[in-house]
Amino acid sequence: MKAIMISGRTLAQGAGCECKMSPDFLKAVSLCHLSKGDYDALGLCEGKNVQLKNEFGQVVLAPKVDAGLRQGMVFIPMGPWANVLVGPDTGGCGTPQFKGIEVEVEATDASVLEIRDLFRGLRRAQT
Amino acid sequence: MIIKGGIVYDPANGIFGEEMDLCVDEGRMAEDGKGEVIDARGLLVMPGGVDAHSHIAGTKVNTGRIMRPDDARLGIEPRSGVCRPCTGYTVPNCYAIGYRYARMGYTTAFEAATPIIEARHTHEELEEIPILDKGALTLFGNNWEVMECVRDKDIGKLAAYVAWGLRSARGYGVKIVNPGGGEAWGFGSNVKGPNDPVPNFDVTGAEIICGLAQANEMLRLPHSIHLHFNNLGKPGNYTTALETLELLKDIKPSRMRQVVHVAHMQFSAYGGTSWRDFESKAPVIADYFNSHNHATMDLGQLLFGSATTMTADAPLEYGNARLTHNKWSNHDIELEESSGVVPMVYFRKMLVNAVQWAIGLELALLTRDPWKVLMTTDHPNGSPFINYPEVITLLMSKPKRDAEMATLHEQLPKRTSLGGIERELDWTEIAIMTRAAPARILGLVDKGHFGPGADADISIYNLRPEEIDPSRDHALVKKALAAAKYTIKSGIVVSQEGQILAAPQGRTFWVDAAVPKADTDRLMVDLQEKFEKYYSVRLSNYAVQDAYIPNPKVIRAGIQMEVA
Amino acid sequence: MIVEDAICSFCGCLCDDINVEVEEGKIKRVRHACRLGSSKILGHDRIKAPMIRRGGKLSEVSYQEAYDRAAEILLRAQKPLLYGWASTVCEAQKKGILLAEEVGGVLDSTATVCHGPSVIGIEEKGLPGATLGQVKNRADTIVFWGCNPAEAHPRHSLRYSSNVCGRFTPEGRAGRTIVVVDVRETRTSKNADKTVIIQPGTDYEVISALRMLVAGKGDGVPDEVGGVPKAELDGLAKTLLAARFGAVFFGLGITHSRGRYKNIDNALSLVAELNSHTKFVIMPMRGHYNVGGIGQVLAWSSGFPMSVDFTRNAPYFNPGETAACDLLAKADTDAAMIIAADAASSFPRAAVEALAKIPVIQIDPYENPTTLISEVVIPSAIAGVEAEGTAYRMDGMALRMRKLVDTSYPSDEEILSHILESVHRLQRGLER
Repeated sequence: MKAIMISGRTLAQGAGCECKMSPDFLKAVSLCHLSKGDYDALGLCEGKNVQLKNEFGQVVLAPKVDAGLRQGMVFIPMGPWANVLVGPDTGGCGTPQFKGIEVEVEATDASVLEIRDLFRGLRRAQT
Repeated sequence: MIIKGGIVYDPANGIFGEEMDLCVDEGRMAEDGKGEVIDARGLLVMPGGVDAHSHIAGTKVNTGRIMRPDDARLGIEPRSGVCRPCTGYTVPNCYAIGYRYARMGYTTAFEAATPIIEARHTHEELEEIPILDKGALTLFGNNWEVMECVRDKDIGKLAAYVAWGLRSARGYGVKIVNPGGGEAWGFGSNVKGPNDPVPNFDVTGAEIICGLAQANEMLRLPHSIHLHFNNLGKPGNYTTALETLELLKDIKPSRMRQVVHVAHMQFSAYGGTSWRDFESKAPVIADYFNSHNHATMDLGQLLFGSATTMTADAPLEYGNARLTHNKWSNHDIELEESSGVVPMVYFRKMLVNAVQWAIGLELALLTRDPWKVLMTTDHPNGSPFINYPEVITLLMSKPKRDAEMATLHEQLPKRTSLGGIERELDWTEIAIMTRAAPARILGLVDKGHFGPGADADISIYNLRPEEIDPSRDHALVKKALAAAKYTIKSGIVVSQEGQILAAPQGRTFWVDAAVPKADTDRLMVDLQEKFEKYYSVRLSNYAVQDAYIPNPKVIRAGIQMEVA
Repeated sequence: MIVEDAICSFCGCLCDDINVEVEEGKIKRVRHACRLGSSKILGHDRIKAPMIRRGGKLSEVSYQEAYDRAAEILLRAQKPLLYGWASTVCEAQKKGILLAEEVGGVLDSTATVCHGPSVIGIEEKGLPGATLGQVKNRADTIVFWGCNPAEAHPRHSLRYSSNVCGRFTPEGRAGRTIVVVDVRETRTSKNADKTVIIQPGTDYEVISALRMLVAGKGDGVPDEVGGVPKAELDGLAKTLLAARFGAVFFGLGITHSRGRYKNIDNALSLVAELNSHTKFVIMPMRGHYNVGGIGQVLAWSSGFPMSVDFTRNAPYFNPGETAACDLLAKADTDAAMIIAADAASSFPRAAVEALAKIPVIQIDPYENPTTLISEVVIPSAIAGVEAEGTAYRMDGMALRMRKLVDTSYPSDEEILSHILESVHRLQRGLER
């Protein structure tokens, strides 16, 4: 399913932002909020995850029903999981576009990556 | 240090261009000196300049910077030697402010208007300004506690509040801007004059002004109230100036000084009924100053080109923005004040601007006593301070004025008497208007003169007063004033031929006034309530802490002088 | 011992009524703070000691070694980026600017992934604003546009906005009309009288429509804008015009979405227009407790509030070129110091990948994804808890953060001073 992704603050994300390596942060932030309609349409249920994908990358998240969202819109708490889907272009103003991003959403059995795994493999500079 | 052979102008001590040596010992003027010898033979020597009204630090200044990257890009100077990078023309960065004043021979500058609750910001910026000694005037004219004390005619409590406010803000004096209007602007309106009641507060601007003047004198503060009139900037507002000045003429000053200092008189010397028939009323205003001794003024001279208007007169700024379709910042400050910032450009061919330019000059030239007139541009409202040499040479040279007038709107002579004024100020008068008088008006006893014990703030210019004719050679004079041969601050050469050699930290002057405990106790009942109910900041976090004033110069005052 | 009126060092609310119970030099309990502030003040696991990455692994070193290595990295680089700054105090920020000048780098703050577009908007239109106490005492109409204070600034409504009582607002919430404009319903919209849901990326058009309606030019507004029927927009315009004192608070909903700074520019224009009918103010909901501070300090130091390039000895500002994400997108920076921010978590993935390719120095109390890509890690004291200093609230109000407990960690200010010393020592050595 196509959707528009927005990323933003949540209480749990904020409360965990100084312990980002903790399991609490993982639980709080590696989430994808969806409307009930989309949740059902994707065939999601307890134990299933969602994979979001666009031209910038793909990421597996745990789904969560959010009554405030309309169909076709997903919300991810701000953080490294959401940012896999955010492009680097700042449109000449210095700020990337963190909201209003086109994504493809599908159900998946893949696991959510732990934070260390999310960053594994990034090339370190040789110094 | 010994400065040899300069032609010294020290009007406060009766020295009007005498060849003499000056001696400095441990940062102060002394009878004898030793050490470094500076050859100033034949050269113009004056005390370091004192700017008594300039917008150099605090929320509105920084708002001006933030909203004007276009201004920052003008006047970029890379870091070099002891200097950090400089940017800006009308809203220079902090380093530029210090270096540029010092290059011109100025050594003291006062921030004209600070709300108490935002004084911490002001002091952060003042501390970043190198070289200069400085202070900040504290705003009281739209303050809830002030208005309530005035309404209740409780001058004792009002004085206690002024003392408390100055201490909390580490402020130097009482500043009043468009009294009552700033509070009315809290809901988007203004007052029409000093007799217009302030909505929701049952007082008038006139009562606020008189109450604060009385409190000021009760507290024996070194400076008088410093007043920005209601109706500033409006055609016909000269009547407001006169009627407001009349309110204060019977108040006795507690020190040998004025009862009221008028800010940027130029903006309040307007005749006409609209912009169409706008004209100068400087002669009427000057007449008043000539026949009364309770008031002084600073010019607020307007010069053509770029400016940034910034003032606690927020309704005025809103008007400026609408008039010029310009970007507009507004900042209303809870329980205390309002303010606005709007970029401006003044044009030679705009009749109104030309008349405004003429008015400032008329005021200086028509007021007989130079001790009543300070040369300022209300930086950066009328023009940035970097243009002071332009103002000074206009005042000293009729040919220059005539040449300039010829380039302005052709209707100008009909709206101002400037063309017919022959007077040219001399060095004594300039030294008074830029050094001796600002120091006296502010009550800075060790500034603006060379008496023994005075701060060794000295400016030496590449000008030979006994040879040069400022009237004819005004271009030379302007160039020389822009970069002093030597600027000496507390006995240290900080600038030489326009190059900054040293950037020592200056001191921050503030006034600690004592009041009877009983009045303070009554005051604190009011303030506890205000902090509980209305402020968004806690009382214990409100006042400026010591950490922000690492180099204080505290002036004591008060109703009962403190026992040592 | 109870410390009263401590100032919270989390979000731009800078609540200064926090009570902290300190016992035997440790924080035991926090009262009045929200969940975010309590969490911050109570603290988390810390980085224990400075580290340098050797053979792929971070190993502990002395502070001096870390300072020296950091200085070396910064000096060797042609265009180092000094980024972050939002979660430390102004005294540290001042040192950072001096460091950027000395090493010839680019200094940027988290504003460029947050309210940077607001700064640009303000550069276009100015900021018609006020202090939060004005809203508290006067506002009868409040609009939250593209922000969710219930989750990002939890005590905002009870201290400053929707629910607080003031001199001219004695009824508090009951006397106010609260409007939320967003692309979704949120915890904040639950407390609103009116919620306007718009399609994502249509803020600009909706603001334009409101401007027209407010200015009496509603005839030109189409039947639907941003998915909102004209009648609803008309109702909103009337609500705004009926305000005695209106306040618009806005957030990342409009800075991050399509249009970015143009959305803010338009919102500022809307508020300027409203001021010709009634009284209105507008305020950005600054996320971090002192992102306002770095903007202020940088502006008074360099003339510009963010993204300042000092590589040519004079400040140069050009967002789109000199912002952190721009530099990384174009591989236009060859070293980075990340202080009081977590770039690896906050930046787009491609920017993080670029960051990982250059030497990174991290100055932070806590381990986070930036640690994973850092070459030098320097743990610092927590400003506002273990170190005093100045911070600027979202309305520009400067307050002094208290020190609540002692610590053996150096403050950010001290760390930067030491790095500066190392830089000077190296520069002198290089000159010989």
